[in-house]
Amino acid sequence: MTNGCGAPTQGGTIEVASTETVLEGKVLSEGTPVGGAFVRLLDSTGEFTAEVVSSPEGDFRFFAAPGTWTVRALHRTGNGQAAVSAEGPGVHAVEIAVA
Amino acid sequence: MSRENVLVSAAWSEENLQTPGVVFAEVDEDTTAYDGGHIPGAVKIDWRNDLQDPVRRDFVDREGFEKLLSAKGISNDDTVVLYGGNNNWFAAYAYWYFKLYGHQNVKLLDGGRKKWELDGRPLDKEEVVRPATDYKAQEQDLSIRAFRDEVVEAIGNKNLVDVRSPDEFSGKLLAPAHLPQEQAQRGGHIPSAVNIPWSKAANEDGTFKSDEELRALYEEAGFDGSRKTIAYCRIGERSSHSWFALRELLGYEDVKNYDGSWTEYGSLIGVPIELGSGKEA
Repeated sequence: MTNGCGAPTQGGTIEVASTETVLEGKVLSEGTPVGGAFVRLLDSTGEFTAEVVSSPEGDFRFFAAPGTWTVRALHRTGNGQAAVSAEGPGVHAVEIAVA
Repeated sequence: MSRENVLVSAAWSEENLQTPGVVFAEVDEDTTAYDGGHIPGAVKIDWRNDLQDPVRRDFVDREGFEKLLSAKGISNDDTVVLYGGNNNWFAAYAYWYFKLYGHQNVKLLDGGRKKWELDGRPLDKEEVVRPATDYKAQEQDLSIRAFRDEVVEAIGNKNLVDVRSPDEFSGKLLAPAHLPQEQAQRGGHIPSAVNIPWSKAANEDGTFKSDEELRALYEEAGFDGSRKTIAYCRIGERSSHSWFALRELLGYEDVKNYDGSWTEYGSLIGVPIELGSGKEA
């Protein structure tokens, strides 16, 4: 069956193909993980690219491409964002603080 | 068509959770969110298991849709309010699907689960059981559904609105960036399509932009209101969202959703594909 475009469950570990550029990390509030935050991936022009919901441990993950990105989190307790630069394929870590 | 006939706010919804004749339904591809807490009284519709044929790539047939709605306790006279995660993509898809099978009294909850959660509105885990009904569906209304041959014929004639992200449109990515990029189909877009990402029709909290903002968005992107329109994305849910904005909110009359979308078109042999940012109108 053809899969839809729904965001998968976040967190855990995955096998990353050598060609994939993965951006992943946690949403934190004063150092405590924030689950259930809406995490948006914005491209270098600020344009929306994708959105996932952070896991109970605050984890999120995007499959992007090399370039400069912004990750932005929305939660009923507050919002926040962070910049991340991916020079090439591989896993790139980034944390977002919400307040 | 006007906004208040097709869209309800989270505030209105919270006040009408107990209203007889109003049924809330949460629609998603992954229904774990529903299981972890849903709008009180809302039934669950599983996009994959309830709405898709388990073998062929197509929808459940008319009888299957009747069986589904009967089992969910939805009657022909009910007002169905649809909402879901993923910025209401699957709810918008279900809205289009309800219309396809002739259920006229259907609305979207503006902003879906995201707006509801950001507002801090109540969710519960109560099992929802509604008495079964004897639902009767109509034949599919094909005036809102496009198939592949029609799409090929539409090149250069109709508005082809590609609502995927710019990187998917150009061929750089093959799927939204929350999904792995290993895909079978070729990258790119249908020649003459304009790229108007679905996300531009929505605010950050998932609600639709105002009619004025939407009209300006489509016009500035090269959408010609005097032409017939086909919207597509990768699989048909994001384009249901834009189909909703164009036909249900703005009232353009001849707007179809191409549910085969890029997973079908990008796998066809012999059809033209355009790469790059295309003809920016």
